[in-house]
Amino acid sequence: MLEKMLLGRYIKSNSFVHKLDPRTKLLGSFYFILIIFLANNWLSYLLLALFTFFAIWLSGIDIKFFLNGVKPLIWLILFTVIFQVLFTTGGTVYAEFWVFQITSSGLINGAYIFARLVLIIMMSTLLTLTTAPLELTDGIEHLLRPLARFGFPAHEIALMLSIALRYVPTLMDEAQRIMNAQRARGVEFNQGNFVDRMKAIIPILVPLFVSAFNRAEEMATAMEARGYRGGEGRTKYRQLDFDRNDLLVFVGYLLVTAVLIGLRFIAF
Amino acid sequence: MAQPIVALNNISFQYPNNETNALSNVSLEIKQGEWIAIIGPNGSGKSTLAKIINGLLVPYEGEVKINGQQLNEETVWDARRAVGMVFQNPDNQFVGATVEDDIAFGLENNGIPREEMITRIEDALKQVRITEFKEHEPARLSGGQKQRVALASVIALRPDVVILDEATAMLDPLGRKEVIAAIRDLKEKFNLTVISITHDIDEASYADRIFVMNQGQMVKHDTPANIFSIGNELVGMGLDVPFAQKLKQALIQRGVELPEEYLNEEELFEWLTKSYLIK
Repeated sequence: MLEKMLLGRYIKSNSFVHKLDPRTKLLGSFYFILIIFLANNWLSYLLLALFTFFAIWLSGIDIKFFLNGVKPLIWLILFTVIFQVLFTTGGTVYAEFWVFQITSSGLINGAYIFARLVLIIMMSTLLTLTTAPLELTDGIEHLLRPLARFGFPAHEIALMLSIALRYVPTLMDEAQRIMNAQRARGVEFNQGNFVDRMKAIIPILVPLFVSAFNRAEEMATAMEARGYRGGEGRTKYRQLDFDRNDLLVFVGYLLVTAVLIGLRFIAF
Repeated sequence: MAQPIVALNNISFQYPNNETNALSNVSLEIKQGEWIAIIGPNGSGKSTLAKIINGLLVPYEGEVKINGQQLNEETVWDARRAVGMVFQNPDNQFVGATVEDDIAFGLENNGIPREEMITRIEDALKQVRITEFKEHEPARLSGGQKQRVALASVIALRPDVVILDEATAMLDPLGRKEVIAAIRDLKEKFNLTVISITHDIDEASYADRIFVMNQGQMVKHDTPANIFSIGNELVGMGLDVPFAQKLKQALIQRGVELPEEYLNEEELFEWLTKSYLIK
């Protein structure tokens, strides 16, 4: 069951990308999503694609994994692209029927959107494949920390995230166990119509919830027994270090941004 | 005489929405370095007692003293620092995402500086012999290993007293042996006081003293030898007796004349071999 999950699928290695500070990778991924909207011509998309493939090459992970990341979303992407193609007006009209038009600008827009979505998915897959869940929560906590001044519960959210991530495999195991136990009592999970299937989920969901409550209670007791009393006065075991390589990534992003802006306003 | 490290005086406790007392008039004193086993049938108030010692539950009557200090709202965090607790379910007390993070969690809570944390974590890992699992996630550990991690995370806090609240109940015999061996080691090394709440009678036989609880009351406290020699009474309360005691009774039934007092396995073995030589 775990194999199908993309979340928390982390491939251990010691590459350039793996050793980056998780904050760099988080910010980098968000920034990439922002600057991809700057691109509006073939040359800029080519540049971003090259940038993405360069990052993937730096991570030393097989490109297969990234294509697998795109696969479950391919229908959604194609759906969006087809809509774009059918409803965009302007440019040379190639075909027309009822309210739909296939135009040159529609085709170009469709292609752009396709490239945009695939690149964004690849970049975020790169983030999850190269960053251990724990590092990710650490990075998020550090990035949210400035907001704590405005009363934002940064420590609590980070703790919740890390406990949630730590329990994903435990709860998956438990769900599987409950499912098998209910199957042994004659519950059918993949037969019948939609309503029947939904009804069959109740005997999994209810015990899973009840046991999650019990776990939470026991865990809270165990945490308190070990002296947990909120975020204040705590020291940190894990430390993030921002080094030369992280700086290099930011310089790289700056260069790409400059070229993108140049391509947008100067050329064409 | 040194003052007792844990002293309970006339403790009574009742859970909300419950008619009867979970504990009534329990008093006890435990000295530094003692190994205490608390046994009793389900619902006899053993776990409640443990939570009261740790300040997780507050009794409505009676007082708790840890290290001579009265337990109240101000001293509760000191008490928790002095009394470490290992719970039954190895999964539900594993807070960190990896072994080292879990051990670090308690240290972080107490504001230990990072350099000190690193050495303490290394030490704790070594003491329970799980150094090679340092970076493992809980999903990749066995029950016994997880319970050793829980023990390490308590040890890293350098407590005076360790309470094991049925810490070996969910383990297989091998995991149980590993955990108990680790605890005995640690007790020797640090002169720890161990309070072990257990259904496992073999685990209880390691204790210096055994407290027997029944229906919220402290029924008996004595050395294992004296407790186990009242075998039938224990069975009547729904408890078990050790294997050596069962064997002795079976032999007595078959007409072998054995001494009155409790013998552990080795003593019984010795007695039997000797008696065979005489005949």
